[in-house]
Amino acid sequence: MTADIRVMREDLRPPGRPPRRHFISIKDVTKDDVERLLATARTFERSLEREVKKLPTLKGRLVINVFYESSTRTSSSFELAAKRLSADTMSIKSSGSSVDKGESLKDTAITLGAYDPDVIVIRHPQIGAPRLVARVTKAHIVNAGDGKHQHPTQALLDLYTMREELGRLEGLHVAIIGDVLHSRVARSLIQGLTLTGAHVTLVAPPALLPRGIEAMGCEATIEIAAIAAADVVYVLRMQRERMQEGANYVPSLREYTARWGVTPARLRPGQKVMHPGPMNRGVEIDPQVADHADALIETQVRAGLVTRMAVLYDLLTSGPAEVKAESALEVA
Amino acid sequence: MLFGKDQPLENIVVRGARMVDPVEGVDATLDVRIDNGVIAALGTELEPNSHRVISGEGLLLAPAFVDPHVHLRTPGREDEETIASGTAAAAAGGYCAILAMPNTDPVVDSAATLGALLVATRDQAEIPVGFLGAITKGQGGTELTEMGELADAGAAGFTDDGVPVSSAGLMRRALQYAAVTGRRLALHCEEPTLSRGGHMHEGEVSAELGFTGYPSVAESLMVERDLGLAAYERQPLHLLHLSAWESVQAVRRARAEGVAATAEVTPHHLCLTDEAVRSLDPNLKMNPPLRAASDRTALVEALKDGTITAIATDHAPHARHEKEVPFEAAPFGVTGLETAFPALYTHLVQPGLVPLEVVLERMSAGPARAYGLERPRIAVGATANLVLLDLNASYRVTEEVFRSRSLNSWLLGETVKGKVRATIAAGSVAYAA
Repeated sequence: MTADIRVMREDLRPPGRPPRRHFISIKDVTKDDVERLLATARTFERSLEREVKKLPTLKGRLVINVFYESSTRTSSSFELAAKRLSADTMSIKSSGSSVDKGESLKDTAITLGAYDPDVIVIRHPQIGAPRLVARVTKAHIVNAGDGKHQHPTQALLDLYTMREELGRLEGLHVAIIGDVLHSRVARSLIQGLTLTGAHVTLVAPPALLPRGIEAMGCEATIEIAAIAAADVVYVLRMQRERMQEGANYVPSLREYTARWGVTPARLRPGQKVMHPGPMNRGVEIDPQVADHADALIETQVRAGLVTRMAVLYDLLTSGPAEVKAESALEVA
Repeated sequence: MLFGKDQPLENIVVRGARMVDPVEGVDATLDVRIDNGVIAALGTELEPNSHRVISGEGLLLAPAFVDPHVHLRTPGREDEETIASGTAAAAAGGYCAILAMPNTDPVVDSAATLGALLVATRDQAEIPVGFLGAITKGQGGTELTEMGELADAGAAGFTDDGVPVSSAGLMRRALQYAAVTGRRLALHCEEPTLSRGGHMHEGEVSAELGFTGYPSVAESLMVERDLGLAAYERQPLHLLHLSAWESVQAVRRARAEGVAATAEVTPHHLCLTDEAVRSLDPNLKMNPPLRAASDRTALVEALKDGTITAIATDHAPHARHEKEVPFEAAPFGVTGLETAFPALYTHLVQPGLVPLEVVLERMSAGPARAYGLERPRIAVGATANLVLLDLNASYRVTEEVFRSRSLNSWLLGETVKGKVRATIAAGSVAYAA
C-alpha cells in the first residue's frame, strides 16, 4: 500500500528537501524526539522564571490557531506559547467564521494557508482533519485534538508532568481510568507512555473500553481495584455529552461514580492523581481528591505552556539533528 | 434482463492468444474468428476472411467479466456517474455486462422509473446493463415494491442495497413474493443498531485510531437471519459484499444444509485489511468496512472453495469534494470497475494466493450464474464476450486510468500488474487500448 505516501503527498516534495514535520500523532515521534522535546520544555520553564518572560526566538513567524471545538486550556496555552516565543498569532474559531456559512475544511485551510503561516494548530471534531489540512497547506501542522483520535501535546505535557514530579518515566506504572472509548487524551497518552517505557493499565466500564485496545501495549480491566498498584492515577473526564439517554454505556452517571469514581478511599497515600480537565467534580473525581496535594492538575496546566512552546520551537528550527535545547536559549 | 445501445456486430480474428475458459475447460494458444459477433471458429492459422485482425500474441483471452454490483448513480447524481461513463468504465475494466443497484434518487422502485432508465440505457450504454429493482418502496423498509411489474419491465433482481431490510417479518414476505417473479433477492446484510456510527471495522486498529467500530457481528447476525428465513421459505438468495469470517462460516453451513445461497465479495475486501485505514485516506472508507487479516484470509479461502462464487466491485462513485474531507465526514464507497482485474492479479494471483483460473471464473461465470444470466464463454456458437489481458504490463494507477466520472479509487498511486487490452461485449468491441 502506498496510501500513506499519497495522503502526505510526499511525492510532490522537491527532491533534497527534508520532509515537512508535523505533530499530528504520537506515532509521528520517536523516543528521542520525546526526550528532546521534554528537555526543551524544561529550559523554557526556567526561562519563564525570569522577570521578562518573552523570548525573541520565533520573531516574525506566524502561528494560526484554528479551533472547531470549544477549548480553554489548549487554545489559551498554544496562544500564550506562541506569544512567549514572539511569534505572531491569529486565532480562528468555527463559530462566527465562514464555517458558519458552510465552508469546507479544505477551503478554510486553503484560505488560511494563503497567509503563509509557519504553523497551523488545529482542533477539530473529526478524525483525520489535521491530515487534510497538512495536505492542502504548506504549514507545519500541530494537532490540538481531532475527534477521538489524538491529542499529542496533551500527552507530551502529561509526560513532562510525570517526569518532573516522579523523576522518571521508564518503569512508571500509570492507571488511566474512565471513558477510554471516547478519549483522544487516553490514546495519545498510552502511546506516549509505552514509547517511554512506562507501564499502562486501563480501567473502565466494559462498554467504554474499546475492543482490541490491549494491542496498543497496555493492560485493560473493568476492576477499579487495579488502580491500587499504580504510581499515577490518571482520571479521564466522563463526557456528559456522550452519556445521553439511551446510549447505555453505563446505566447512569450515579452508578458510574459509585463503581469507578476516584475517591480518597480508593487511593493509597502518595499516589499522584492527574486529570486533563475540565473536571466533573463529584462524577469521575471526588472533590477531596482533586484538591489534595497529591493532585497534579494545576502542574499539568503549567506544563502545557512550556511543552507547547517546545513543540512550536522544535518544528520551526531546522530539525532534530541541529537542535541543542540548552544552547538554543543562550542564543535567545 | 440486459439492455444497451445497438452496437455494430464485429468480424474479427484474434491471433495467437492464450485462451483460458475454466468452465469450458479451455486452456490453449489458438486463433479465434468472430463472425457477426458470434464465435465462429477456434483453431490454428485461421483464414482472416478480410476480418479485422487483432494480435493476441503474449496476451490472455478469457470470457469477459460480469459485475453484479455497480452504482451508476443515475438518476440523481449524474455528476458522479452516468450510464455512459459507468459503462465506459466497465468496458475499460474488461466487463461485458454489469448490474446496477437501485439506490438512486429517485429509487428504482416502480416500473415507470425503471422504464425511463431503460430508454436512457438503450441510448447510452456502451455495454449491456441490467437493473435491480428495490425490495421496498423508496428503500424505506416498510412496504414491498410491485416486484411482479418490475420483473415484467426487465428488473434483473431485487435489492435494497445500501441499507438492510431491518424487519425480519418484511424480509420473509419479500422472500415469499420474489418466488412469483422468478428473480433473486440480493441482500445487504447489516444490523443497524450494531453498526450505527461506525466508520471502520471494530478491532485493534479502530481502538487505536479512535473510530467508532462497525463490528463483524453486525454483518454476520443479519446473514444468519436471512439464511434462516431462506431455509424456512425454501427460497434462493444472493448475499452482497461479504466481509467477515463469521458470515463466510454461516454461508458454508447453510449451503451444506441445502440453502440455495450465492455470495459475492469485493476486490478491496480480498486485497486489503483494516490496517490500510491507518492512512486515514477517505478512499479506504466503505460499507462494509475493510476487516481484519483473519477475515481477509477467510474470504480468500471462500473464494477458492466456492463458498463465494462471485467477485463484485461495489463500484461506488463519489464526487471529489465529498471525499476531500476528514475520514469521519466522508461517505462510504470506492470505485472499482477499471481496476478490479489488476487489483486481484497483483494482490492475489501474483503472490500465489489464488489461481488465475479461479479469479477468471469468479469474475465472469460465477456472477452470471448468481442472477441467471447467460455465461460468457469461449465456444463456437457463443456470442463473443471476451477480454484480452496483458499479464506482463505493469503500470501506475493515475487519474488517466479512469473512465468513471469519479476518482475515489483505493488504487490511485499504486503500481499494478495486469492490463485490459480489449473488451468485446455482446459481439462488439467496447474497449481497445
